Amino acid sequence: MNTSTATTSTSLLILGGGTAGTMIANKVRKQLPDWSVTVVDKTDIHDYQPGYLFIPFGMNEPKQVRKTKRPFFADGVNLVMGEVDIVDPESQKVTLEDGRILAYDYLVIATGTTPRPDQTEGMLGPEWHKTVTEFYTYDGAVSTRAALDKFTGGRLVVHVTEMPIKCPVAPLEFSFLADDYFTKRGIRDQVEIVYVTPLDGAFTKPVASRELGHKLEEKKIVLEPDFMIESVDQEAKVLRSYDEREIAYDLLVTVPLNMGADFVAKSGLGDELNYVPVDKHTFQSTQYDTIFALGDASNIPTSKAGSVAHFSVDVFMENLQQLAAGQEMTHSFDGHANCFVESGGGKALLLDFNYDTEPLTGTFPLPKVGPMSLLKESRANHLGKLAFRHIYWNALLPGRPLGLKADMTMAGKNTE
Amino acid sequence: MATTTIAGQTYDVNEEGFLTDPQVWTEELGTELAKLIGIEMTDAHWKAIRFLREDHGVMGETPTLRRVSTQAGIPVKELFALFPKKPAKKMAYVAGLPKPKGCV
Repeated sequence: MNTSTATTSTSLLILGGGTAGTMIANKVRKQLPDWSVTVVDKTDIHDYQPGYLFIPFGMNEPKQVRKTKRPFFADGVNLVMGEVDIVDPESQKVTLEDGRILAYDYLVIATGTTPRPDQTEGMLGPEWHKTVTEFYTYDGAVSTRAALDKFTGGRLVVHVTEMPIKCPVAPLEFSFLADDYFTKRGIRDQVEIVYVTPLDGAFTKPVASRELGHKLEEKKIVLEPDFMIESVDQEAKVLRSYDEREIAYDLLVTVPLNMGADFVAKSGLGDELNYVPVDKHTFQSTQYDTIFALGDASNIPTSKAGSVAHFSVDVFMENLQQLAAGQEMTHSFDGHANCFVESGGGKALLLDFNYDTEPLTGTFPLPKVGPMSLLKESRANHLGKLAFRHIYWNALLPGRPLGLKADMTMAGKNTE
Repeated sequence: MATTTIAGQTYDVNEEGFLTDPQVWTEELGTELAKLIGIEMTDAHWKAIRFLREDHGVMGETPTLRRVSTQAGIPVKELFALFPKKPAKKMAYVAGLPKPKGCV
């Protein structure tokens, strides 16, 4: 299974063994057994990232979200541990930081997106992961739990630096769960929760705003919209914006700027945030036919979320089989995303949308029957969200079909 | 769908007054839209708005503040001076493009 043997098998090189990369590797082994598949990753740890949200509130234990990567790859997948230095798209070679060179016929960039607190002045400092913390990494989620445990009252600021971010509803969910958490501790009346966003509201789509707009007020969460952060002052404990507004905090839970991998920029393959510009229906690089980007690493205009990675991979695999057969790619991704949103009190909402259709009310996956309800709180949605961790480890990553169609359906959705 | 009349012409707009069809936009209309939110267009304003229009034409999306800043070379602070308080939203409005949105 390496390129030095005298076989003529097509080689697929996948950079990143996260959700998208693992699924693709396993599906290619099954569907294109003649191909050689190599995955490069810098770590052998695979975290179930949606579980990070629950760690600060003691609803998931850290060990439940972390596993070793290797066992998730099918036999025959060549796993290379190393950090990517640069891609040379012309000669179709990838150089690792230790000097190893890997050649490819097709390259999949699936290195995701990473929180970058270093990109905002003052965010990284002596108080990082203490009174200025985040829940988008394993260590961050664990430190946020410690910070919440110690918190006895004052102002909790939940902050989004800039869009796009991974799992864009997570900071709202965090605010709702924090409301619940402090209520349970009996100190909710001593805590002020402020939600700070660069957008013009917590909800920006018409139907979601109408259905959910009252949620913040109901839960006494103060909204600070249109806040474009310039710096954090850890000593004075304030956020400062470009238009000179200040927001004081006792505990800041921020979502730092999200960026794609640095090698993407170094290789000349990225936009201003190191995301790979691709055709939003096929994931093919707009610059090179032999390069694709899947999962959070691309610039497609939909949520950076596991469900998008999942549906994207289904469409990508159909196209890849056509490419392998020397045919034109005819399958087109519609931007389908499907996300559970914790709303507190043991309930959750479900969102189902795509490039053209905003989140609507209704039932999912079956019309009328559900059992999940769209854009409406229910216990079933919450249980669905909790159950998904098992589905992720046991069915999604190994590449087993989940019975959900890649294309969004209008069946069960209310259109007015 | 609501409509608005600007300089004798009727245009389709959404509930916030944003044009719903980017194709009907002209620079003359941009000047009028800017006036409606109290902005007198200068060369500096046009540099940003023309970038928004071009970038939307290529990418199919309204560029973020960061993208306008890095690609058009206009510091974020300056964008706040040109389009006070809500530059991302105001630039989109003047350029006849959809405002930046989240997923809900």
